Amino acid sequence: MPTSASVDFDTVQVVDVSRHFGRRRAIANVSFEAKSGDILGLLGPNGAGKSTLITMLATLATPSKGEIRYGGESPARLGPGLRTRIGLLAHELHLYPELSAKQNLRFFAELHGLAPHPLIDEALESAGLADRADDAVSSFSRGMRQRLALERSLLHAPRLVLFDEPFTGLDDRAVGLIADRLRRLAANGAIVLLATHDLDMAEGLVNRVALIRNGRLLADEPASPGLRAQYRAIIGAQ
Amino acid sequence: MFFRTAWLVLRKDVAIEAKSWEVVTTTLFFAVSCVLIFAFALVKDGRAVGDAAAGILWIAISFSGTLALGRTFERERYAETLRALLLAPAPRAALYTGKLMGMLALLGLAELLLVPLVALLFQASAMFSRPLLLAGLLAGGTVGFCAVGTLFAAMLVRARSRDVLLPILLYPIIIPVIIAGVRGTAALLSAPPDEPTAIMWIGVLTAFDIVFVTLALWTFEPLMTE
Repeated sequence: MPTSASVDFDTVQVVDVSRHFGRRRAIANVSFEAKSGDILGLLGPNGAGKSTLITMLATLATPSKGEIRYGGESPARLGPGLRTRIGLLAHELHLYPELSAKQNLRFFAELHGLAPHPLIDEALESAGLADRADDAVSSFSRGMRQRLALERSLLHAPRLVLFDEPFTGLDDRAVGLIADRLRRLAANGAIVLLATHDLDMAEGLVNRVALIRNGRLLADEPASPGLRAQYRAIIGAQ
Repeated sequence: MFFRTAWLVLRKDVAIEAKSWEVVTTTLFFAVSCVLIFAFALVKDGRAVGDAAAGILWIAISFSGTLALGRTFERERYAETLRALLLAPAPRAALYTGKLMGMLALLGLAELLLVPLVALLFQASAMFSRPLLLAGLLAGGTVGFCAVGTLFAAMLVRARSRDVLLPILLYPIIIPVIIAGVRGTAALLSAPPDEPTAIMWIGVLTAFDIVFVTLALWTFEPLMTE
């Protein structure tokens, strides 16, 4: 098994993946590939299976059928070290409200085996929360928590960045900041997967789209300037 | 990485508890209330009924432990932080171990309060005549209870009816722990203290602990990703 330090990859392949929860089928025979530098939008209506796909890509669930390969390797072969290269930001922010911003970042940095200084100071600066570092997260607004959660998910400089509805409840400025950050990450070689049903946010940000409905992949193609029309043509036509 | 991760999870839980005192106070309050209610019911004219002290001690430990298990994992459910923990690049059993250590510390604290209280209210000071055997019974029983309880509480963290399901799943499996704890403690309370019987029950508890800690460490990762 490779060591944590040696795990890296520049492609993620979803190969004929299905996922069932009891008798309910959440994902059915989905296949696609994302490469370093991609910002792939997983688009589809609520309940399409986007979050289930993100959960499996994050190794938090295993496919019922098919497999997900990271640089051609299975998660079982790469071991826990694979998770040093995966960052997840979901609608639930994965922060402890009782702890301060600094304590949260310190905990997650150490959990990933990283030296907390100067990493957390830089992350707090980047989130614009340096002056609120010692305040409890429970006292933060939704936008402040979201910015902190973004930094938390990127502390370990992941190769695969998974964002599940990251723009929920944010104002335009915060959305712009996150979008800029995603573009920089992709430019620096990250593989960014963005699951959203908000086409306005995805427009101009994603360079490829995977359109999903009822757990099935309906299209995997380059994003065109009229994303909403592209979405309606495929999702609306089914 | 394994023990470091477990230590980080424990330290984080202690840091949260130091700010809120939510789980410690509710657990201790419930444990003491439980003992007081039984004392009102089972102590007549300053004399306790039969082996009541041993039974009350283990009922208070298991009931307050069940409450603590639910509250501890509710914290991880609130902002889905359990998913963030599962993304740590360490064997996922390390997270279980960290949570288990937290539960052991919490129930250990409850027992420090419960044992003298039960001894006082049920005239059971004889349990202190063999302190090492008493410590062995408490340690063995607490590890067994927490080993199974921590696994089930983690499994149920996203279940809608987790508060109902936890005791339903937990108690049938930990009945041997409670029986061994009660019979071992009762043996210490007999006059004279029955050391061989207490040692036998400590052996039963140790065997249970080895089996269930091993099973929990082995099954935690697949259970949390299925």
